[in-house]
Amino acid sequence: MEQNNESNLAQVRHVVLVLSGKGGVGKSTITTELALALRHAGKKVGILDVDLCGPSIPRMLSMGRPDVHQCDSGWVPVYTDAQKSLALMSIGFLLEDPDEAVVWRGPKKTAMIGQFVSDVAWGELDVLLVDTPPGTSDEHLAVLENLKKHRVDGAILVTTPQAVSTGDVRREITFCKKTGVRILGIVENMSGFVCPHCSECSNIFSKGGGEELAKMTGSVFLGSVPLDPLLSTSIEDGKDFIQSFPDSATFSAISSISQTLLDSLQTA
Amino acid sequence: MADVPDNAPEHCPGTQSEQAGKTSSCQGCPNQKICASGATKAPDPAIAEIGEKLSIVKHKILVLSGKGGVGKSTFSAHLAHALASDGTKEVALLDVDICGPSIPRIMGLEGEQVHQSGSGWSPVYVEDNLAVMSIGFLLGSLDDAVIWRGPKKNGMIKQFLRDVDWGELDYLIVDTPPGTSDEHLSIVQYLSSTHVDGAVILTTPQEVSLQDVRKEIRFCQKVKLPIIGVVENMSGFVCPKCKNTSQIFPPTSGGAEQMCADLNLPLLGKVPLDPRIARSCDEGKSFLNEVPDSPAAEVYQRIVQSIQDYCSNHVTEEQSTT
Ligand SMILES: Nc1ncnc2c1ncn2[C@@H]1O[C@H](COP(=O)(O)OP(=O)(O)OP(=O)(O)O)[C@@H](O)[C@H]1O
Ligand SMILES: Nc1ncnc2c1ncn2[C@@H]1O[C@H](COP(=O)(O)OP(=O)(O)OP(=O)(O)O)[C@@H](O)[C@H]1O
Ligand code: SF4
Ligand SMILES: [Mg+2]
Ligand SMILES: [Mg+2]
Ligand SMILES: [Zn+2]
Repeated sequence: MEQNNESNLAQVRHVVLVLSGKGGVGKSTITTELALALRHAGKKVGILDVDLCGPSIPRMLSMGRPDVHQCDSGWVPVYTDAQKSLALMSIGFLLEDPDEAVVWRGPKKTAMIGQFVSDVAWGELDVLLVDTPPGTSDEHLAVLENLKKHRVDGAILVTTPQAVSTGDVRREITFCKKTGVRILGIVENMSGFVCPHCSECSNIFSKGGGEELAKMTGSVFLGSVPLDPLLSTSIEDGKDFIQSFPDSATFSAISSISQTLLDSLQTA
Repeated sequence: MADVPDNAPEHCPGTQSEQAGKTSSCQGCPNQKICASGATKAPDPAIAEIGEKLSIVKHKILVLSGKGGVGKSTFSAHLAHALASDGTKEVALLDVDICGPSIPRIMGLEGEQVHQSGSGWSPVYVEDNLAVMSIGFLLGSLDDAVIWRGPKKNGMIKQFLRDVDWGELDYLIVDTPPGTSDEHLSIVQYLSSTHVDGAVILTTPQEVSLQDVRKEIRFCQKVKLPIIGVVENMSGFVCPKCKNTSQIFPPTSGGAEQMCADLNLPLLGKVPLDPRIARSCDEGKSFLNEVPDSPAAEVYQRIVQSIQDYCSNHVTEEQSTT
């Protein structure tokens, strides 16, 4: 197993976790969009989805539930495109019945994730993004323990603007400090909704909380992504938002975040 | 004995788990002998104690969702406020989200601490008839992270149920974290010797959320937890300027309505997106008091009424069958 781990991640240049103490802030959405944006920038990208109870990435990338195969060095990820520039491995692929609730206690999750994380044959990747479930518990500790044997460049923290959310993310920052994970930056998601009928901007979940949190904690602010029905629709349908709406403000926000991320990975 | 004794190593599987005393972490643990003997796996006596303690709570309602951020805590808080607006009713709100407790802020109680009383921990009171308990009241600062593995979280939930001085209650509402995990199993298990009215399931309209919520419904069925009904939250946003509705989280697969029809569950109501809800939560105020005549507040009130009806009907049913 140790050996697998070594060789499986040996050609992965950067490993980035996507975290949030808060649920439903868009971790999986941001992971998906960043992966697509990085691919547009010509990078080879992988996504590791370790959300056992609610794996969302397969649907967001329109991958359904493919059969996954094993090779000598472990699970072979599935590719979204013929050029194999975007690889995905979801823990959901390994579950027997995708509609069945996974009702597992922590130690069982830890064991499953431990094995899974070390056991994917990624091949060569520029960036591996890891989508995590909400919280700071068994899954997160298991992922870190196993990835750290190789390398973890750091974490992107996703929050929505309102205090109920930034409060949880504040605690997540403490989690990162305690576990020695570098914070690559904070993304404010769902910030501001522009009415498609009259262009009035409503701050449904308030505004600016992510940037404030970044200032307060001395973290990099990566940018804010507006609340955009075109994005949620595109995510629902598993479409490539970046290809469909290259002129939107949402797209430019996402691509600027991915650029900042790349820069900080390369200089670190 | 607690699920994870203080002297146990980090990866302790919990003294009541199948693997107690047998995992690699158990090697060298001072409790290995007793754990391996099976003595610690006997049904937790706390379950009976909790049953006893909560026998004076008339109604117990769990608020659940497989998906994160759909509004469980917001709904739990407003259900508590609405029920407590009847001054003759005693209401309590218990937050079992150990890693992401939102209830202290939403109830305007951030920075409060629990007190030790003769008969246990005393909860924090918003009003005379509205008590709240959360791990947030046990943390030293707003930056404190609770980085606990499952077994330790379970121990905390047990303490909340057994050691908090709840007193006589009409309603106990339990806000849960997202997913189906230790917290959910524990709360159901610890409440197994007492009557639980049922669960209210929260979802948002889009399929990304519903696919997780369907799993949560299966979980309820598996553990025989009745479902009171489903609330669809964040359904549609009416622009304050032009009054047009936008489906920000589009019901691409028919929303909660279709899911409820498919699974034969009651849809309790659809709460629209309203910036004033998020603001009220941030400020720790009740949206129902802040903007009582808004469409969202009216939907909330109707949902609360259905839940009250459900609870009182079920009490009479049970009494007539026993
Ligand atoms: N900027 C946005 N604009 C519109 N909709 C969004 C945006 N970001 C996320 N969403 C939608 O919000 C919902 C929640 O997002 P997502 O599932 O990515 O959150 P999450 O943090 O991964 O949730 P969980 O904690 O359950 O894993 C999804 O339906 C998604 O499509
Ligand atoms: N109908 C609504 N309109 C506007 N904002 C809302 C609405 N419902 C909830 N919110 C806001 O959305 C955010 C998420 O809600 P909440 O924290 O209650 O979700 P949750 O399901 O408890 O999340 P978690 O899974 O992290 O526990 C909060 O800031 C809340 O104030
Ligand atoms: S022997 Fe194992 S199960 Fe028992 S306390 Fe020690 S680590 Fe936990
Ligand atoms: Mg997710
Ligand atoms: Mg919550
Ligand atoms: Zn408008």
